[in-house]
Amino acid sequence: MAALFKARKALALCVNGIRRLSQLAELPETHQILRQTCRDYADRELSPIAGRLDKEHSYPGKQILDLGAMGVMAIEVPEDLGGEISRGCASTGVVVSVNNSLYIGPILKFGTEEQKNEWITPFSTGEKVGCFALSEPGNGSDAGAASTLAHQEGDEWVLNGTKAWITNSWDASATVVFATTDKKLKHKGISAFLIPMPHPGLSLGKKEDKLGIRASSTANIILEDCRIPLSNMLGPRGAGFKIAMQTLDSGRIGIASQALGIAQASLDCAADYAHKRCAFGSPIGKLQGIQFKLADMAVAIESARLLTWKAASLRDSQKPFTKEAAMAKLAASEAATFCSHQAIQILGGMGYVTDMPAERHYRDARITEIYEGTSEIQRLVIAGQVLKEYQQ
Amino acid sequence: MTGRVLVGVKRVIDYAVKIRVKPDQSGVVTDGVKHSMNPFCEIAVEEAVKMKEKKLIKEVVAVSCGPQQAQETIRTALAMGADRGIHVEVTGKDYENLGPLQVAKIFAALAKKEEAQLVILGKQAIDDDCNQTGQMTAALLDWPQGTFASEVTMEGDKLKVVREIDGGLETIKINIPAVLTADLRLNTPRYATLPNIMKAKKKKIANMKPADLSVDIVSRLEVLKVEEPPQREAGMKVETVEDLVAKLKEGGTI
Repeated sequence: MAALFKARKALALCVNGIRRLSQLAELPETHQILRQTCRDYADRELSPIAGRLDKEHSYPGKQILDLGAMGVMAIEVPEDLGGEISRGCASTGVVVSVNNSLYIGPILKFGTEEQKNEWITPFSTGEKVGCFALSEPGNGSDAGAASTLAHQEGDEWVLNGTKAWITNSWDASATVVFATTDKKLKHKGISAFLIPMPHPGLSLGKKEDKLGIRASSTANIILEDCRIPLSNMLGPRGAGFKIAMQTLDSGRIGIASQALGIAQASLDCAADYAHKRCAFGSPIGKLQGIQFKLADMAVAIESARLLTWKAASLRDSQKPFTKEAAMAKLAASEAATFCSHQAIQILGGMGYVTDMPAERHYRDARITEIYEGTSEIQRLVIAGQVLKEYQQ
Repeated sequence: MTGRVLVGVKRVIDYAVKIRVKPDQSGVVTDGVKHSMNPFCEIAVEEAVKMKEKKLIKEVVAVSCGPQQAQETIRTALAMGADRGIHVEVTGKDYENLGPLQVAKIFAALAKKEEAQLVILGKQAIDDDCNQTGQMTAALLDWPQGTFASEVTMEGDKLKVVREIDGGLETIKINIPAVLTADLRLNTPRYATLPNIMKAKKKKIANMKPADLSVDIVSRLEVLKVEEPPQREAGMKVETVEDLVAKLKEGGTI
């Protein structure tokens, strides 16, 4: 009797699982249409200029405006869209992702109505972009050790300190900044603030000369007696660490999509080449060595894609998604570096020169394993969740 | 004057896909193959939406004939700015045998039913390349037609249409109501933006069958065979013009 009951339950779980899985295998219609729009835009407007943007380190201003007009600069979670955009140009993809997830994201979730009007509305059209200032020269992964300080003087907050590695910094009109308001409370003493750019007391360090995503600007943000009104605090005092972590959870889905886009672009490039390049009398796609590589790339991408969609789907249904987001980001970024590496191998010498996009994908992919939480941090997050599931 | 425009949108295999013929030579493989809106239909939708934005017409109705998936194509038209959709359901063998004459009958019936001022179609579909539906629809309705349109302007109560023809460009003036077919250079279709995709979710798509319009969709044509084009063979070089002429005569080319 008990066995029958168990079997029925298992069957029900199985059926539910299948239904959920099939819903996941296909994006809903609206997402498919938007994905097609982004794919078309990336193919027509981003791919042709990506090489030049990378070489000149130039910010894709017009393209960001175009994307703004399409509504892409201010959607809640750009799961599949960040991917399609990054398939065209990874730098543009990161500008879109940071603006959406890391800048608009926390304000949407933790901001007051006035803050949303002031700090989100002008940033949804592509005319203005924002950034997210958490890392410092002294701490990246160790986010709880924020040495940037904020103290109150009358009706102002005064901020002092330096933030490092800030994406969009040279092109942004505002930033979310995390600073310690109560040192004794350690990570519970960090608060979030909104600072317009430019602003007295806020200056930018030199633009970093990066390996990849070169069309997006990365620099230090230096705060010296930077004064902002009290109303510029985002969320409650001391909630900064929580806001940062929750924001990064969502941001991870965006970065996972970006990594997927780069990985997909690498596979597209490699598979196309395998059809055309002949060696030993036939296209190299006929050689098992090449086929094994393509198969491994395809599996890595598809697994990471499903993880990303699942994380996004959980977030959409307001279910906990921390573990899945970390898994998605980990899988996708490792897929990006793997696929771009293999793509160069398949292209051989052609993969090493700028005539083909493979070398740019290789350089662009590398950062996805580092920012918005290193792969090591993602593993800690996942392990933490797994251990929690098995507790008592 | 209803100010209503019917726009036909056809779901076809995506232009980037490599077509494969079915082993039984009855048609091409469509299962699991990427489909999208016929590019000339996109241009037709764009023209209709532009006319609405210029306030020359009041309502754009997107129409598609086919199975359930045709609704995706209608939805894309709605996301580009069409106001509502009509899905004329044709499935299975009927759909495989659906050709320009039957679609033209359906459009003619709908144009009368909806009291449309204009019917805009793509000049041809990229799957069958028939280039017939627009012309047949106009004939069935006894309306003037402006085909291969590369420019359309409203002049009073008439339409000025610049047509792309073999010899160049021909400009004609036709009365309304009329049928237009869109050529490549008529416009550049807009992207379906996120705000419009969200708005499109609320727009209605009506469902009907050809029988509801008293249209008989029995095909008068039978597809005998579908084959791949012959494999391209290597060329050959000859030494002189005389040799070339001789070879061409030999092969029956001249």
